[in-house]
Amino acid sequence: MTISVAMTVNGKAVSGKVEARTLLVQFLREHLGMTGTHVGCDTSQCGACVVHVDGKSVKSCTILAVQAEGSKVTTIEGLAASPDKLHPMQEAFRENHALQCGFCTPGMVMSAIDMVKRHNYQLDEATVRRELEGNLCRCTGYHNIVKAILAAAPAMKSAGV
Amino acid sequence: MYDFSYHRPKSVADAIGLLKGKPEARAMSGGMTLIPTLKQRLARPSDVVDLGGVKELTGIKVEGNNVVIGGMTRHADVATSAEVKAAIPALAYLAGHIGDPQVRNRGTIGGSIANNDPAADYPGAVVALNATITTNTRKIAADDFFKGLFETALADGELVTSVSFPKVEKAAYMKFPNPASRYAMAGVFVAKTASGVRVAVTGAGATVFRVKAMEDALAKNFSSAAIKDIKIPADGLNSDIHGSAEYRAHLVGVMARRAVDAANK
Repeated sequence: MTISVAMTVNGKAVSGKVEARTLLVQFLREHLGMTGTHVGCDTSQCGACVVHVDGKSVKSCTILAVQAEGSKVTTIEGLAASPDKLHPMQEAFRENHALQCGFCTPGMVMSAIDMVKRHNYQLDEATVRRELEGNLCRCTGYHNIVKAILAAAPAMKSAGV
Repeated sequence: MYDFSYHRPKSVADAIGLLKGKPEARAMSGGMTLIPTLKQRLARPSDVVDLGGVKELTGIKVEGNNVVIGGMTRHADVATSAEVKAAIPALAYLAGHIGDPQVRNRGTIGGSIANNDPAADYPGAVVALNATITTNTRKIAADDFFKGLFETALADGELVTSVSFPKVEKAAYMKFPNPASRYAMAGVFVAKTASGVRVAVTGAGATVFRVKAMEDALAKNFSSAAIKDIKIPADGLNSDIHGSAEYRAHLVGVMARRAVDAANK
């Protein structure tokens, strides 16, 4: 079954024809060519594919593209204000060496931003570690990711994002 | 994933109409179980009826002595609801410990109980709190709803529209999650009301079950000491690579005592 789908991705109106079974992550990567969102496990466990749909973090490998019809989607490509100005969360990941191979990073960053906002910019280490339960990293041991998120929370607040 | 026809109705009536006469059609709420199932080609529905656009199924309200949660209400919304936190904090706690934040942003109470995964959390709360499940055709008592492994009292094309939880004196939920999947290897929901105590176990058996011996002991003395010698038989409990039936039987006792202690705090 082919369906027309339209949504807003990173502030731009996009549309396309997809099969009913097309996943949101396939639509982003294969139809729109936006490969910043990664597919890791493809079984809703690793979180590499996390994007925001209407402001909430979701695993884009576990939602159909047609379910996002009319939604506002934000991906890792939509965070930086300009090519030379990273989002405070991306900057904190860079400053704190919160990535090694980088494969999990897009999902980590998207989950982390949602986490900071849900906790009203106030986080402690235990909360960050628990909230990261849907994102797997096989390189860092998480320590620097946790540090980066704790550093980004006040930076996001003062930047007003 | 096999392809299917996709529908996005705006009302319960339209959803029921779309499911009617199509034995291979499936309703989809949050899709947190259905989509992975489709991806593994473990199901091949002719039609998927997405309930995501049915606004009347979403929301939380307090009606007298009950908290009524719409079938399409997401776990994250139950976990953070001021009404639920005030009336039945243990239910908000449970919802906040399902899966991970991304699953909680999509998964729904109606989808969870209609699917009746043996390791799902919600069945524990529904049975221990003696909730009433409302569908498009009738009301079903919690004790009559969960029938077995992935089996419920729901008929074909019948949808959970809301779940009504009576307020309780004291309640708590404790689970031992599988470290990787976060599914409950054993979860125990304990609830104390004016009419007695109910203890419901999820994750350990084919479906949620009550522990009468613990309920009787706790009705006399609501303390973890009262149930410390009660042994759960391992017969019939789940046994897999994550833990044997004996291990789960032991966990049920530990989680029950922790739940009682948490309820008494």
